[in-house]
Amino acid sequence: MDDDFLVKSVISAAKDVFGMMLGLEATAGETYMEENVPTEKERVVALIGLAGTWVGTGMISCSPDLACKISSLLLMTDCDGVSEDVLDAMAEMANMIYGNVKTELEEQVGGLGLSIPTVIFGRNFATRSIGKQSWTVVPLNVKSETGTELMELKICLTQNKDYQQSARPHMRPYSVLREDM
Amino acid sequence: MDLNVLIVDDSAAIRKILVRVLSQTDLPIKNLHEANDGSEALKILEHNDVSLVLSDINMPNVDGIELLTRIKAQPKYKNLAVVMITTEGSQAKVMEAVQLGAKGYVRKPFTAEQIKEKVLSCLKSAEV
Repeated sequence: MDDDFLVKSVISAAKDVFGMMLGLEATAGETYMEENVPTEKERVVALIGLAGTWVGTGMISCSPDLACKISSLLLMTDCDGVSEDVLDAMAEMANMIYGNVKTELEEQVGGLGLSIPTVIFGRNFATRSIGKQSWTVVPLNVKSETGTELMELKICLTQNKDYQQSARPHMRPYSVLREDM
Repeated sequence: MDLNVLIVDDSAAIRKILVRVLSQTDLPIKNLHEANDGSEALKILEHNDVSLVLSDINMPNVDGIELLTRIKAQPKYKNLAVVMITTEGSQAKVMEAVQLGAKGYVRKPFTAEQIKEKVLSCLKSAEV
């Protein structure tokens, strides 16, 4: 898979989601690679798995303040801190962004499945996707009335060499299974 | 005519957004029901006179395609309009849903206007 295509897909999906669902303008900074570095600041992180001919994880990560702002705009409610609503909103943001990335990638690599998102709120933690050591990071500058804040979009994908040889249909993505029926 | 609408999505956030969007329309909505998946949706349909279903496709247990199939298999739901709202963007899924009888399709992300327009056009064509 072409790295440029992957990055462009992530940026395009994120801009669409921020623009259409939140009415916020988002611009992408320069993409970089990152090892599994623990973060000392408080972060709200949503992770979502991709599986098929390629396997890996997509992630969105931002400050509690930005997560609160996103939740407030998405759910059209007030936000006083990181609550269940904020975690739900971040999960749905990850689902929409990487769901659209999945659709784009499927044109190149065939059927992919998407997991249910997992959300983490905390500090001093590192994330690792087994099989690949580094994340491709797209910094996204999100503009709002109160200024510009940063969301990091991270993805690590690796080719699933066992996919073609798999004799276990129950291990294949659901979307692929349906197409076989 | 008062409308009873059923929103089916495993994402609590999307259910809340759709409830807000529909509540802000001029549609004569009497009740807004919510279900976490297709299985819950079928139970709600059994006990309520629902006229419009807005459903996600990818859900645990009974997914949106299965829900649509079961709805269309029952004559008592012949006037029930179903609109799919999902991140699932593949053409095959869209065609499958339409062939099974879905009245329309909205892809996430969406704007409130897109939801309103789709609901209005579906209700008009279904003459709910």
